[in-house]
Amino acid sequence: MSAANEHFPLVQVENLWFGYGATPVLEDVSFTLRRGQFAAVVGPSGAGKTTLLRLILGLLKPNRGYVTIAGERVNGRPSVHIGYVPQLNAIDWTFPVTVEQVVLMGRIRQAPFWPWYRRQDKARMEMLLEQLGIAHLRRRHIRDLSGGQQQRVFLARALMADPDLLILDEPTAGVDMHTAEQILHLLADLNRAGKTVLITTHDLNTAAAHVPWMLCLNGRLIAQGPPEAVLVEDILNRTYRAEMVVIRQNGLLLVHQKPHAHTYRDLLEGEFS
Amino acid sequence: MSELLRPFAFEFFRNGFIAATLAGGLCGLIGVFIVLRGMSYIGHGLSHAIFGGAVVAFVMQWNFYVGAGLWGFFAAVLINEMARRTTIKADAAIGVVTTASFAVGVAIISRYRRFTRSFDAALFGNVLGVSALDVAVIAAIALLVALTVLWLYKHFLFATFDAETARVYGVHTAWIETLFALLLAAALIASLQLLGVTLIAAALVIPAITARLITDDFDHLLLLSTLIGAVTGATGMLLSFYADVASGATIVLVQAGTFGTVLVWALLKQLAQGQARHV
Repeated sequence: MSAANEHFPLVQVENLWFGYGATPVLEDVSFTLRRGQFAAVVGPSGAGKTTLLRLILGLLKPNRGYVTIAGERVNGRPSVHIGYVPQLNAIDWTFPVTVEQVVLMGRIRQAPFWPWYRRQDKARMEMLLEQLGIAHLRRRHIRDLSGGQQQRVFLARALMADPDLLILDEPTAGVDMHTAEQILHLLADLNRAGKTVLITTHDLNTAAAHVPWMLCLNGRLIAQGPPEAVLVEDILNRTYRAEMVVIRQNGLLLVHQKPHAHTYRDLLEGEFS
Repeated sequence: MSELLRPFAFEFFRNGFIAATLAGGLCGLIGVFIVLRGMSYIGHGLSHAIFGGAVVAFVMQWNFYVGAGLWGFFAAVLINEMARRTTIKADAAIGVVTTASFAVGVAIISRYRRFTRSFDAALFGNVLGVSALDVAVIAAIALLVALTVLWLYKHFLFATFDAETARVYGVHTAWIETLFALLLAAALIASLQLLGVTLIAAALVIPAITARLITDDFDHLLLLSTLIGAVTGATGMLLSFYADVASGATIVLVQAGTFGTVLVWALLKQLAQGQARHV
């Protein structure tokens, strides 16, 4: 990162509006991320989380407002500062590629004119696979991996170009709780090593325990702040448009949709009485 | 041995043999991307569209390769844009564009009946129609396509695997799509005389899916599919001489036979592995 860029926030989202048709998906969203932040965008399905990511990634152009990365306007042109990990369920797992071949894709901007990658690119790949503990899988087909290993492969690809900002779309979707924990610990490690990290997630509770900054989104940005500050009933009700309960226990925050005031048995008995 | 070399005494066979090997390899190479992108139907459709272009080129006395090639390329772009800019799905767009284009060819032929016989070759392929000049053109196209795929190998791979992420990493996927349509059109016209409109799709798809049964590695897949295409092209050509059967059909039957054999082998292997796991 150059010294000049340090004056800017790494990510600046300013009065962003976007809609696919007549109805806006995002309305007047503004926030900034400093270098070194680790943030999660949370919100219900259809809240515009993925759309927001796509605008930051430069895959969509905003209707109004803008996004800058390291001081440069994105506006539909993907920034070189970003390493991106897509949702794993968007990947074609039958595609004939090995772990190595996927990871090397991350170096495509720096790739030479000829068809194969340079020795230093391969050295970097080996170092990253080693760091992420998947070096022994390098010649495997991507289907022959566990969910956690698959996530690491795509994380390695995102790290190949040594980006300032890592963006992950739902990194904990579709993996078991233990793997989700591991992935968030790994992201926290990368964050401590200097990467700015932005994720989207459905999983409020895992995020609350691991991510220090949350952006609550539902069309508009409802609130942002550390989990203790934003995971309160008022904000959650407005974000999820449902009644939520927050349970605090031994420094642990647990969020759940408010249970109905009856049980299955009550229903049954009600019906028979 | 001399019996095996006998057909090579004929010039038409030498031309046909080289053309079949090159066209087989070329279709095998492009076919990998066709199959992985789920574009088998566009390959089939485009060859029909090109038939329309070939007829128009013939009537207008344009060069066959230029006329048919441009026609095929524009048909591919039209399909692409229609699917991208409207709610019409790609398969429906292919159905409209390529069939209408084929109909243009059929309409013109029916109007000028005296052309009918020479267009049998375009429909079903005819080795006798392959001249030394055709061989040179096919060789040039094969070389050009191979060099382009080599040069842009990394971009093609990324864009085919995961187009959206490829865009984030700076790959111009729209350009890659257009270039790919151009390469496909080129491969189709290179194979048209030999295989004919109706048989090309098989030559595109079969080598790639056969190779896919053998390997999970993308690099190996490209090499193997090209090799299978070339070898089955050459073998089919030889067999067609001895069996006195149309060359295009023989090539496709050899490819289908190879695929069938590999499929059985792959299924048996799977079965053996499955049983080993249960022990």
